Amino acid sequence: MKILVCISHVPDTTSKINFTNDNTAFDSTGVQFVINPNDEFGLTRAMWFKEKQNATVDVVNVGGPETESTLRKALAIGADAAFRVNMAPTDGYAVAKELTKVAQDGHYDLIIAGRESIDYNGGMVPGMMATALGASFVNNCISLEIEGEKATAVREIDGGKETLTTMLPLVIGGQKGLVEESDLKIPNMRGIMMARKKPLTVLEPSENKTFTSSVNFEKPAPKGAIKMVDADNIDELIDLLHNEAKVI
Amino acid sequence: MSVLVYIESDNGALKKAALEVASYGRALANTLNTSLSAVIFSSENNELLASYGVDKVLTVDYSEKFNAKIYADIITQAAQKEQATVVVLSSSADSRYLAPMLSVGLDGGYVPNVVELPTQTQPFTVKRSVFSNKAFCATEISTAVKIIGLSNNAFGLVEHPVSSQTEPFSPNIISTEINIENVDKAANKVTIADAETVVSAGRGLKGPENWGMVEDLAEVLGAATACSKPVSDLGWRPHSEHVGQTGKPVASNLYIAIGISGAIQHLAGINSSKVKVVINTDPEAPFFKAADYGIVGDAFEVVPKLIEKLKEFKAQNG
Repeated sequence: MKILVCISHVPDTTSKINFTNDNTAFDSTGVQFVINPNDEFGLTRAMWFKEKQNATVDVVNVGGPETESTLRKALAIGADAAFRVNMAPTDGYAVAKELTKVAQDGHYDLIIAGRESIDYNGGMVPGMMATALGASFVNNCISLEIEGEKATAVREIDGGKETLTTMLPLVIGGQKGLVEESDLKIPNMRGIMMARKKPLTVLEPSENKTFTSSVNFEKPAPKGAIKMVDADNIDELIDLLHNEAKVI
Repeated sequence: MSVLVYIESDNGALKKAALEVASYGRALANTLNTSLSAVIFSSENNELLASYGVDKVLTVDYSEKFNAKIYADIITQAAQKEQATVVVLSSSADSRYLAPMLSVGLDGGYVPNVVELPTQTQPFTVKRSVFSNKAFCATEISTAVKIIGLSNNAFGLVEHPVSSQTEPFSPNIISTEINIENVDKAANKVTIADAETVVSAGRGLKGPENWGMVEDLAEVLGAATACSKPVSDLGWRPHSEHVGQTGKPVASNLYIAIGISGAIQHLAGINSSKVKVVINTDPEAPFFKAADYGIVGDAFEVVPKLIEKLKEFKAQNG
């Protein structure tokens, strides 16, 4: 089985979010970048398929040279080879098109992406890829088993879950549940050393066709100060929620 | 030309998010000086859609379980039939599942997490939340057909009665490799996705045996129950209740956090909620910096009192 894991290079959750160039671009000054958490759950599940079912696991990212550290981390965790499509990921559709090309050229059976990236929260790349590839697609995937050509997946739905079966090729939008947080691997020294020798291939974009563009960014208005209510004065809280906030 | 909304229902009842999508669609149709059509997979409640401004309801002749690929294809056909220039969907798990497929099917740009009406229509520009609601991005859609995923509780319900016509719609049904084997869904329980109010609790509750009062509070408020990540990791509550960055996102009108310190990953998931109330023994808990109303106090004393007072309030105010 050949698995492709799509990796998004995102600011760590604790990062300060600021913008630059007249609020037209994200300011990455001093920001620590990580593997998108939803992708990391999927990568870890892919490592399980590698260990137990002898799968090969490649990783891919669409981004500039600065994203290679994130791909190297994925290699250190255990991926076999990495690809970087040399293009700024400005639009979900353009990213999906480039990833589709990589997936087609590599004849992958299973493509794992995260349900959304934690920066732009788009959640559209896996579904677009599946449609462009004519592959099956399961979003919000919280469990995945593969037996031969047959896949059994569990999807989180509003208020419960749903079990689906399908045939490979399959694209999933993965999330926590594919593996647990405690299963996530921190690369060890041996992994890091080996990752240096693994192939990281840079590909030029094939078309970079976009549907949308980000014009500019703004931050929400600063929040007003919190109103503290005395623990013995619950009536005041109810009054505030009813008359001021108007939410009850 | 028209605006098309995808109306979701649950056991025949229209979802609140669907009515919000209809409200938004109506306002957008007025801006674009066009009509509003809806595509719906059940045949009831069409009068209700008329009261939210839907001019024409396409009732789809297809009653199988939700399958994203088939649904996306049917909505694509409906959009083509109605010559829709904008398609609006909610932020439900199902809508988020099918929207990217719709985008490719219609060759139309999809923007999710949209928080208001387009700021301009030439070029078509919408505002969406990004970075887990820590920022907004003005986004231009350059394709002929535009697809909008409306953020929950962002626009609200706006009644706008019109005279509506209903038309049966019999699309071609495509085949798919996906088989839905089993759907496991709690009946008669408010889901986090649909809830206007969410009552959430953390490790401050000391153990799963103490969740009775959280459920009681949720019941009084008609709210969904949720929990912090440590609580779901400890197995005190099911994973499906975990809200936060790696859990479920919350965009409720009111979010009540009991005994949750407010880790940044938790706040990232609940940021979009409009009004946040925090009850915590520790006055230094970071959540107090992110909340609108706070009570420093012991949950075991405050919550029962709150339930009692809310019952009195509900009795007086209906």
